[in-house]
Parts: sequence; structure tokens; C-alpha cells
Amino acid sequence: MRAAIAGDEAAYRRLLADLSKVLRGVVRRGLAGVGVARDDVEDVVQDVLLAIHLKRHTWDTLMPLGPWVLAIARNKMIDDLRRRGRRPEVAVDLTQFDIEGEDQQPVIDAHDVTRILNGLSERNRDIVQSISIDGHSAREVADRLGMTEVAVRVALHRSLKALADIYQEKKT
Amino acid sequence: MKTDDLINALAADAKSVEPPIARTLATAVAAGAAVSLALFLFTFGLRPDFSETASTSIRFMFKFVLTLSVAVPAFLLVRGLSRPDFDARRQLWWLALAPVLLLAGIFFELMMLPAGEWEARMMGHNSFYCLEVIPLLSLAPFAAVLYALKSGAPSNPVVAGAVGGLLSAGIAATLYASHCTDDSPLFVALWYTISFILMGVLGAVVGSRLLRW
Repeated sequence: MRAAIAGDEAAYRRLLADLSKVLRGVVRRGLAGVGVARDDVEDVVQDVLLAIHLKRHTWDTLMPLGPWVLAIARNKMIDDLRRRGRRPEVAVDLTQFDIEGEDQQPVIDAHDVTRILNGLSERNRDIVQSISIDGHSAREVADRLGMTEVAVRVALHRSLKALADIYQEKKT
Repeated sequence: MKTDDLINALAADAKSVEPPIARTLATAVAAGAAVSLALFLFTFGLRPDFSETASTSIRFMFKFVLTLSVAVPAFLLVRGLSRPDFDARRQLWWLALAPVLLLAGIFFELMMLPAGEWEARMMGHNSFYCLEVIPLLSLAPFAAVLYALKSGAPSNPVVAGAVGGLLSAGIAATLYASHCTDDSPLFVALWYTISFILMGVLGAVVGSRLLRW
């Protein structure tokens, strides 16, 4: 994480990949017994990863990383449970997902991402998709769209913030 | 979205990191306090006998002990509360420091003054003025602290906002205390406290809306 805060992309990617594995277990255990389907676990994991990303400057670099990550995960799980408490109709959908089993996950994920990405402007959606799903670099996207690399990075960052807000709105 | 895709996007955004939250907060508090200080010096100003009174009156000095006993712990707490992994329950008792000191001050004041003077001291000369000026001087630090906290990740937005409100009132009251000529702890206990509660509640309300993340 120290390397990541210093801007090392490769180290950051490795860290996030490792964290996502840990988080999946944490979230699954944390939400066990509330009838939460796998896809929703993945939803919360993504929400936590976004929060880790957007709030990484709140980690005190002199402290261990683990408790900080878990604190974020705990907050996001509480948010998630609160949302279920407020909107029982979501819980009904969840049971349905549960019965249909985990094969549904890619479909549901794809559906979810379309809805979430639809909240972005066309250009920003294009940028996020090229970088995340097609694996292009900011440089390549910039060349294709005739933008500067900095502008692409700024647009990407804004889009990620917007995604976090969309997750937030789903909750309230 | 597949989680791995999301990680691609996050990694590509690795260079966007904000300054450490502790620095953001310190800068914001300093800026907010500076605005209030400027406002204070241009509009209200120190009381005329500031330098003589300061060296002779224990009551006058004790006002600063009280206001700073709110402001300093509140600042340290807000720094912690801006992080998600901060355990507030172990630290919040620092906020009891000011009420304890205030009770001690009230006790000594009641011992030293005849009962007939208590009410006059408590009502003072500037009570409503005090009620207006402290919240007014709180506004700039309040906005600054809440703005900085917005960049943080408080686990408890209500508590973080409330302590932020107390911090802004602590800064404002420290300034106002150097203007106001009512020095009795009885006056402070009544009128300053109202402003502190007001800003604390305002912080809690604003925090509960603004500081979710």
C-alpha cells in the first residue's frame, strides 16, 4: 500500500487483487445468516474496494493496514444491512437469486454494471470500459479519443467517484 | 462489473491519491481559524484592558483554559474520527475535560462570591451578544472542518460532525473570550455552553447528511 500511495500501479494492482480475496471471505462471513446471495457479496466487495481506493489517504502509513481495511469493510457491510432493513423488497429479490444459484453471477454482474455505468456520461463510460474491461492503458485510450493522457486520468478518477456515489444511492 | 475489471480501473487510477487526511484537516482548521481571527480583529477586537487584565485576572485567564480545553481535545479527536479505523469509545472521554474544569470553576466562584451576586455575574452584560458572536465566529472553522472531514472516512458521521462543531465553537469562543468583559465562570457556564451545544448539534446534523461515504 505504501508503494501504491506512491503511485506504483503494478504493486497497487497486486494489493487490490489480494485484498479482494480476503474481503470476499470477510464479507461472506460478515453477512452470513442474513440470507445474502453471492452476487450481493461481490457487490459489497466492489463497494469496499472502491472505498479503499477513494479513501486510501485516510490510512495512517505508520499503522498496520489490516484494521483499516477491515474497518472500511465493516462500515460497508453495515450500510448494506441497513439498506436491506429499509427496503425489504430487495431481500425478496435476494432469495430469488439465492435459489437460482451461483451460475447467475456473471449475468447479474453484467446487468448491474450496465445500470451503474449508465449513470456516467457516454465518454466517461467509454473510458472506464476500455480501461477496466478491455484492459487498455490511459495512454491508449487518450490516443483513441484524441484527449490528453491527463484528461483521461482525470475523467477516470471522476468516474470512479461517481460509481461510489451510485453505490451510495442504491443504499439510501 | 467483474471485480477484476474494477481492479484494473482502480490500478489505472493509482496516481490520484489525495494528501494525507491529517494534513488536510490541519490546513483546513488553520485556514478556518485565520478567517475567524481576521473577522474578529476587524469587527470586534480585543477588549481595551486586554493586556492589564490578562496579567492580573485569574477569571479572565480561566476562560481560555476552558475554551482551549474544548478546542484542543476536539481537534485531536477530529483527526482520529476522520479515519475509519479509529476507536472513538476509548478517546471520547477527553471531551469531559472541559465540563470538569467548568464545574471546578463554578465551585470556586460560588465559594468566593456572596450569594447575592451570583445571578448578576451569571447574567453578565453581554449575554445575547455572546450568543450571536460565538456561532458567527464558528462559521468559518465549521465549514472548513466539515469540508476536510468530507475528504475523510469517518465510521461515525454524526459523532465526527458533532466534534467538528465543538472544535469550531472552541476556536470561536477562544477569540470571543478576549473581547468579552464577563469573566465569571458562571457566565461562561451558561452562555458559552449554549453556543457549544448549538454548534455541536449543528455538526451532528450536517455530519449525518454530508459525511456519509
